[in-house]
Amino acid sequence: MIPHDMPSGKELVESVREWLERDVLTGTTGRLQFHTRVAINVLAMVERELELGEAQALAHRARLDELGCADEAELARRIRDGELDDDAERVRELVWASVRDKLSVANPKYLEP
Amino acid sequence: MSTELASGLAAVVGAREITDLTRLSGGASRETWRFVADGRPLILQRQRIGDGRDMGIEAGVLRAAGAAGMPVAELVASGTGDDTPVGASYMVMTAVEGETIARKILRDDEYAEARRALPAQLGAALAQLHAIPVDRVPGLVEQDQIAYYRGVLDSLHEPHPTFELVFRWLEQHRPASPRTTIVHGDFRLGNVIVGADGLRAVLDWELAHLGDPMEDLGWLCVKAWRFGNRKPVAGVGDYQELFDAYAAAGGSAVDPDEARWWEVLGTLKWGIMCIIQCNVHMTGFSRSHELAAIGRRVCENEHDLFLALEGRW
Repeated sequence: MIPHDMPSGKELVESVREWLERDVLTGTTGRLQFHTRVAINVLAMVERELELGEAQALAHRARLDELGCADEAELARRIRDGELDDDAERVRELVWASVRDKLSVANPKYLEP
Repeated sequence: MSTELASGLAAVVGAREITDLTRLSGGASRETWRFVADGRPLILQRQRIGDGRDMGIEAGVLRAAGAAGMPVAELVASGTGDDTPVGASYMVMTAVEGETIARKILRDDEYAEARRALPAQLGAALAQLHAIPVDRVPGLVEQDQIAYYRGVLDSLHEPHPTFELVFRWLEQHRPASPRTTIVHGDFRLGNVIVGADGLRAVLDWELAHLGDPMEDLGWLCVKAWRFGNRKPVAGVGDYQELFDAYAAAGGSAVDPDEARWWEVLGTLKWGIMCIIQCNVHMTGFSRSHELAAIGRRVCENEHDLFLALEGRW
């Protein structure tokens, strides 16, 4: 439970993104407009992370548990040392699932075929 | 400071008058300036203090590439050391007219004909480069690309299970590399000048080294260098078009699996470079939300790697 009043963090970020889209983007050109576009993309990414992040953290934890790894660093080390070679297909499947989760926040369009 | 640079430039190119001296860009390792010497438009690349690379080697590659018939800017003058007339290692080249911005080359109507011509022109240019005898340019070193990028990733302390899976695949499927040639090292849109007629000059030779010539072909096909286009070769061509043009211009016959191996390594490299670019922001060297956002592009490369290796593991 959080003590904050409305709006939520996500809604606050959304309000800034909307302002950038409505007023700043149209009032700028060239490099400044490009950097405004980048800022809009960054804020949209943060909104998606605030929306999906909690469920993704749980799913990622469950995948690491399934492979018996405490964290990303241990998983990386065990792949490198060949310790997970016998289970290679499942490892790839689970790692790819986490990559898709990262993309669904960072750039969901990239997941479209 | 500009006046001082102008008189230094007059000395190195032997001109009476330097005009229109304008700074075009400043990367971490070098600055690029445009100027006119007695009516002749030229480009200066000046190394920054602290960059340890020997620009003399790069000048040597550029000269050899031009002599081999590759489309490049002509080297007018060069020097190394901090006591040159322009105060650092430098190269002065002819200014080649045309476009370097990939998105314009790939989208603007003006370059429609160029887009048709580019796959064959890029393949032919690489064949010309790879035909240069390696002893023509002293100082180039051979670099094991897997070992090098393994070291770079480790130094970043950002573990990525996908990259570990791909490093293992690369090690297990490494091609025999029967040839060692001069390799450009960063051959792609963005590093070439294109006119309405197509390829005019190959730029940015600072990453040139000795290695397997297929490295250049694979790198040219990495998805990031398609800038959103569908076609695999620089966003403008199909694999076979590139391979055929390369062989027709005197390059070796290309084994598509070998080129693909280098494309996979290239995708991994670009993923690691995204981490490095993000670190430029994170370490405070240059604070920028644009650089920060590049950190979240690493997963695009991870996804591309899984797609490229589906059915190949």
